[in-house]
Order: sequence, then C-alpha cells, then structure tokens
Amino acid sequence: MQLSPLGRLALRLVTYTVLGVVYLPLALIFVLSFNSAKSIAWPPVGFSTRWWQGFLDVESAREALFSSTRLAFVAMLIAILLGSMLAFALQRYEFYGKNIISFLAVLPIALPGIVTGVALRNTFVRFGWDLGFLSVVAGHATFCIVVAHNNVIARLRRIAPNLREASADLGATPFQTFHLVTWPLIRSAVLAGGILAFALSFDEVVVTTFTAGAGVQTLPQWILNNFSRPNVLPYVTVTATLVMLVSLPIAWLAQRLGDSNPG
Amino acid sequence: MKKVSALAVALLGVVTLGACGGGDDGGAMLEELGEGEGAVNLVAWAGYVEDGSTDPNVDWVSDFEAETGCEVNVKIGNSSDEMVELMQSGEYDAVSASGDATLRLIAGDDVVPVNTDLIPNYADVFEGLKNKPWNSVDGKAYGVPHGRGANLLVYNTEAGAAPTSIVDMFSPDSPYAGKISVYDSPIYIADAAIYLMATQPELGITNPYALDQAQFDAALAALETQKSIVGQYWALYTDQQAALENGSVTLGTTWQVIVNLAKANGAKIESTLHSEGATGWSDTWMVSSKAKHPNCAYMWLNHIISPQANAGVAEWFGEAPSNSKSCALTADPNHCATFHADDEDYFSKVYYWTTPTKECLDGRDVECVPYSEWVNAWNKLRA
Amino acid sequence: MGERLEQAPRVNDSGRNFAGRGKPRPAFALWGLLTAPLAWLVIVYVGSLALLVVSAFFSLDDFTGKPTTELTIGNISEAFTQGEYISLVVRSVAVAIAATLLCFTLAMPTAFYIARLASRRTRRALVVALILPLWTGYLVKAFALRAVLAPGSEYGDGGFMSGLVGWSPGFGYVAVTLTLAYLWFPYMLLPIYAGLERLPNSLLDASADLGAGSMRTFRLVMLPLLLPSIAAGSIFTFSLSLGDYITVKIVGGTAQMIGNIIERALLAPNQPLAAAFTLWPMMIMVAYLAVMGRAGAFKNL
Repeated sequence: MQLSPLGRLALRLVTYTVLGVVYLPLALIFVLSFNSAKSIAWPPVGFSTRWWQGFLDVESAREALFSSTRLAFVAMLIAILLGSMLAFALQRYEFYGKNIISFLAVLPIALPGIVTGVALRNTFVRFGWDLGFLSVVAGHATFCIVVAHNNVIARLRRIAPNLREASADLGATPFQTFHLVTWPLIRSAVLAGGILAFALSFDEVVVTTFTAGAGVQTLPQWILNNFSRPNVLPYVTVTATLVMLVSLPIAWLAQRLGDSNPG
Repeated sequence: MKKVSALAVALLGVVTLGACGGGDDGGAMLEELGEGEGAVNLVAWAGYVEDGSTDPNVDWVSDFEAETGCEVNVKIGNSSDEMVELMQSGEYDAVSASGDATLRLIAGDDVVPVNTDLIPNYADVFEGLKNKPWNSVDGKAYGVPHGRGANLLVYNTEAGAAPTSIVDMFSPDSPYAGKISVYDSPIYIADAAIYLMATQPELGITNPYALDQAQFDAALAALETQKSIVGQYWALYTDQQAALENGSVTLGTTWQVIVNLAKANGAKIESTLHSEGATGWSDTWMVSSKAKHPNCAYMWLNHIISPQANAGVAEWFGEAPSNSKSCALTADPNHCATFHADDEDYFSKVYYWTTPTKECLDGRDVECVPYSEWVNAWNKLRA
Repeated sequence: MGERLEQAPRVNDSGRNFAGRGKPRPAFALWGLLTAPLAWLVIVYVGSLALLVVSAFFSLDDFTGKPTTELTIGNISEAFTQGEYISLVVRSVAVAIAATLLCFTLAMPTAFYIARLASRRTRRALVVALILPLWTGYLVKAFALRAVLAPGSEYGDGGFMSGLVGWSPGFGYVAVTLTLAYLWFPYMLLPIYAGLERLPNSLLDASADLGAGSMRTFRLVMLPLLLPSIAAGSIFTFSLSLGDYITVKIVGGTAQMIGNIIERALLAPNQPLAAAFTLWPMMIMVAYLAVMGRAGAFKNL
C-alpha cells in the first residue's frame, strides 16, 4: 500500500500527538507531587519534596497499599487456576451448553462494573454473608478469571494439536504430556494473564466499593476517599506517581510475556 | 425444550432463594457495659470524627483510642439517605443520624434503644435535646444528642453586596447564576419550601416537611427553575470547599465547617443565616441493632458527648454542642452564644431535618407527600 | 492410543462430572474436582444477576423502608416510563458512543502507523508506551484529567488547561466524554493493532495491483477485514463508558449518567428500584454484544 509522503507525515504526527496527550496528565500528576501547595491548581506554587518524605507516615495509605496487594495477589491466583481450567474446558471439549458458557465468560467484563457490584452486593446482603475481604475477592474473581481465561485460550488455539497426539504416541501419560509438552508452551500466557488479572484487581474500584465491608479499604478506595481531602491530597499525588513508576517495569514484563511465541 | 425448562427451574429457584434470606435483627438494649472489643465502626457526618488527618490539631479520636483500646474506623456518610443505607447493611456499630434518618432507622429496626444509664456524660446534655420526637419513642431514648445547627448561606464577598436572603438562590435572573451550589439530597426540597413560604405565602406552607401535593409540586417547580442557574450540586463537602476556593461557586447552601476550611485556604467568603429561616439538623448518635462492637460503641457515645470532645467537634464543625459543660471549654468563649447553644427560641425557627410522612407533620387533615416520593422527585430532577 | 485422548467425554451443564467412556482416568477425576469451584463461581455470578433482575419486582415496605417480597411493577414502570430517565439513558448512550468514536478516530491512524509504517524497533516501543497507561490506574488518570480540565474563574485558579491557555471546557458532558476516551483508548488500540498485524500484505499488494489508491484500499479492503477487531475493541470502550459513574462525579459537574442514577437509587436506600435501573445497561449491553458478535468480535476477544 503506497502512501504519499504527506500521508505518512500526517499519520506520524497523529501518533506522536496521541502519545503526548496520553502522557501529559500523568506527567502533571508527577509534577504536582512536588508542589509545595496542597492543591491541583496550575501553575504549582513552589517546589517541595516534603510530601515524598512524609507519605510513608500516612498510616491509612500504607494499610490501603497492603490491602490492595493482598487482594490482587489472591485474585491473581484464583484467576490463573480457574481461568486456565476454563480455557482448557472450552478449547478442548465439546459439551452441551458450551456456547452459553462462552457467552457468560464475556459478561463480567462486558457488563458495567456497577451492575456486577450491585448484583453481588444484593446477593451477599440477602443471604446474610458478611461483607469483608472474602466478598471483595469473590467480586474480583469474576472479571479476573475472564481475563486470565482470554490469555490462555488465545495461546491454546495457537498450539498445534498434533503435539499432544505425538506425545501420547510416544507413551506419555496425560499428566506427563501436560507437564512436559503443554505447560511449557502455555506458561508465559498463564503468567501474562495472571499479571493482567493482578493489575485489574489492584486498580478496580467500582465492584470493590459495593462488595467491601467496613474493615476493608483498598488503595483505589483510599485514593477516592482522600483525593477530596485537602490535607491528604498531596499524599494522593505521591501515591499515584509511585503506582505509575512501579507499574512500568511490570507492564513491560507482561507485554514481553504475552508476545512470546509458543515456538 | 430442555433449555427452557432448565431456565424456568433456575429462575424459580432464584425467586424462592430471594424470598428467603434477609437478616435477623436481634439486638436489644445493652444492659451492662463490658470490655471493649478492640474496634468500633462508625458512620458519621464529615467533620464529626476527626483523628488529626484533616488538621493535625483537630483530633478527638486518638485519645479515645488510647483510653479504651477501641480502634475507630469511620465511614463518612454524605447524606442521611446514605447513612440509612449503610446502617441497613449491618456492618457498622454506631451512626450520627440527623432527624430525617433517625425515625427511618428506628422503624427499620436498624437501631436499638440506648441505655443512658451506661453513658455518664448524658446527664450534662441540654434538657432541650432530650426525649424529642426524633430521638425517642414512648419515652425510650434511641440515642444521645450530638449537637445541632442550621444550614447556612455562603457567599463570595467580592461577588457583590452581601445577600441576606435566599432569593438569589432561586430567581432565574440571579446575579450569581451559574455559580450557585446546592446540597444534593432530596431533603433540599424543604429549602425550596422555605423559599415558597416567603415568596408564595398563599400556598399556606407552615412546615417545610409537611407538603401536600399542590405545595410539593410548587416546590418542585421552583427547583426546576433553579436548575438552570445551579453550577454545582454538592454531595461531598470537599467539592463545595474546592469550588469556593477557586471561585467557581459564589453562592450556596453550606455548613459552617466548609466555610471555615475554605477561608483557611484563602477563599474570600462569608456565611450568614438567611432571613427566611433555615433548615438545620439536630443529630443523634445511635447504636446499631447488629453492632459487632456494642461496648466500644457505648464508649464512643460517652466520649463524643463528653465536655472536651463535644466542644472540639462543635467548634470544628460550627454547630451548637449538646453538652452544657462544653460551653466553658470552647477556644472561642463566645462559641455557644454565636451558635445559640441554649437558645430554644432560636431553634424553634430552625426546621430540623425530619422525615416527611403521609400524615402531615403539621397536624393537618390532608395527605402529605411521603419521603419516598421526595426521593423519586429529586432523582428525576437530577436525571 | 492417540485417538482415545481426542475423544470428548460427555460433560453435563455444570461441568462437574465426566462420565467418560472406557476406564476412568486419574486426570479426569482431578478435573472434576477442580471444576466444582469454577461452577460455583458461575452460579454465584449468574445467580446474582438473575436475583438482581428478580429483585427489581420487589416493593419497599412503607414503614420499615426495606425491600419485601411483595411483587410490584412500580419500579420497572418508574425506570422505564418516566421521560427524565429515558432522556438520561439516551444521553448516557450518546456519551458512550461519542467516547467510542473518539477512541476509534484516534486509535485507527495510530495503530496503522505503528503496524505498517513504523520501523521494527520503534514498533515495540510505541506499543508498550501506549499500553503502559492502562497500568497506572483508573482513578489516577481520572483525577489527572480533573487537574487538567478544572475551570478557573475571576476569583481563583483552575487546572492545567485553564492556567496554560486561559480556557477549559470545564466540568460537564464534554469533559466526561474526553476523559472516558482517554481512559479506554488502549482498549481500542490493542485489538486494532493486533488485527492490522494479522492483515496479510498480499491482500494489500493485490489491491494496489488492481489500481486502487490508498484510501480505497483502506475503505474496501482493510476496514472490512478489521471490523471484528474494531467491534471487539468497541465492546470494552462502549461498556466501560456506558456504566461509568465515578468519572462523571470527578469531571462531570452536574452531569448524570445511568450509573449515577443506579447509585442514587441504591443509596436512597431503594435496592429494588436500583435493580430496575440496572436493567437498562443490561439490556443495552446484551443488544450491543449481539450486534458486535455478528460483526465477528468474539473471534478476537
């Protein structure tokens, strides 16, 4: 396909403008975390690192960070396990109701979070189940499983089916086949799905709001509750910047894992 | 065929299951105060439970935690509706409920009567706050009074002459058009009713919470007109504070604590009690029927109405304290006088937030609009 | 022996039992054990949705204010016949469509440039660079845009835009649309990029050989082939935009979308009414999924 030089230039311009626009607000938050004043108004009043120095002392931030990490880790484990199983079941077997299950597997990410959150909360409250850490895990598990499943099933579809046959022909038990043939081929997709699930859970706020009990406060909830509170706002910008900086290498890692070929 | 019947069975099962469930509300009045449970979960208005994180000098929670060992977890309720919803979930131990929440909580069995013998500081509470229609039933106290105050009018001092009435909040050619801030809750309909009491006396409104259909429709019409000049419907107090600070709001209905905070950040604003009379609140701390930490809850109630703490919150929030001994302890010696702490006559003209019911609260023989309709009307107004 | 592995054992709906033919295999028994928790999750999730739909027909007790099991169509009638709510739903769909279109308008050229014009080295870097913000957090980005779009006034400073160019669209539906497009842009970019990568060069060469210019090739060859990817991407951006209520609260000013009214009803508290309102996004999404499914979206999810 031949494009005129002008066309190429225009596309290049669009791409880099988009790139700039995407990072501008994030850069703004980074800059504002060094603002000596406690506001998000522009221009910043002065330079100060005191928020960076003081934010580790904000107990609620530390607890929220710990809470989110714990929650995301559990959700990731559940997602990896159940998501992979779902992928295997849907990719390998034909059974009655398969189409319905495939459709249902899309729902948790296709339906708005508020619908999932309200539905789950209603169920928990009606059956008298305590709202707390487990109820949030259950909520997060729904979309985390779907995300891990998507990654694994995409990889499964790319694996040549005759590899398993060959392995069986050579005398391997189903377990050996899985351990020595299938798993090495899918493990990077499983990991990528797990990382994605971790990120989604860590970042999620809507379903969390509706399913968390009194004693649970995740980092997004903390940010939401404290962004409006002027004295805590500077620590919110610091936390936000920190989350950004930490997620960069993880994101890069996940991209590399997801891209790697099954060979 | 198989698909349909499987679905039908599933649906039937779901309906049956849905009909079961629903928590059991146990919880009678506490007879004896035991050991603290180590934590207490509160639902409170913003500014009522301060632990130093808003302002390091404003803290009446840390000493409570040190004394009783009860770690305080507070969930801010932005409106009475939100507080009722939170208490219905059964996840919290105590709530600072305004008059438009208390009776709903009592009727819904979400709170239990409070044994005032177990709360030593109750003795010092102003008599004018005890055993009122909104905090007691048949002489049984359902909570301890927290404090009371009026919803004020805030204005930007550089935007024009200081207003003394809420006319500019409602009239279509208001000089403040586009920069008006209104409280985002159905209970605000009462403020519109107060406006009509002054501007359309022929409607015959005597109590802004007792509105028959005609009066209610008139109030909604006033609110619909107001919609075109409103710049902000605030639910989070910090939203109004930020708007006052950056000047995008120059007139609004407010709480004194918001005015204080914004002024401290340089906003050129003042507050006033408008001439038409104001809505207000008289808040009550209540104990949940499903409280998991009842002893700590009682300890908190006793603490928040203790002279020192009550003085602290009354000054911070900008309201009249409930403990008579607090007046001697406020940093500003005139605080109680400014906020009319002991002035029953003043508060007789403040229309405390109350739940509107079908039986008119002013005793008329007609049918008044119940709160559920207030909610529907407000939702449609905001949609 | 190889054939036996490929036999599909019959599995019933719950996926619990494997009534396999021939002798039971330890692996399959393990399977059966593990699918139980999966089935439980499906039941809890789908059951919750069903329960929610049923609860829309419950009424509130006048006295206690709590939902009873007395059935009523009052909630459905309130949610579906009142003009104000229909207008709200229309506005929400309009915002969701606008955000989706904006995402597409920006993602298409960008994805094309990266997939077709950028050098191999920069390609990976650009993709990663544009996907990374997905990881920085929804709230961080929403508040960042609030910091950009906050309107100033003669009495005080606004946000970045107001400070830099003296004007900003302020808080409202425009800000909401811009923010939503900003938030979900990576979700539109990824599938389109993946689709472009899969596009065989030979097709484009053939089109050029037959005399079609770039725009014609784009319109008649690329776009139809990319339709499934675009459809898949739009599912995310449309759904996430439709039900959003937090962004509306952060940058929306007095604007309201369907998520806000659901939250309002829930906090009233009137859970049955909230459930009735959730029927709107549920119905809209089912319809949207059906349409996108026909466009081939599910092949690429």
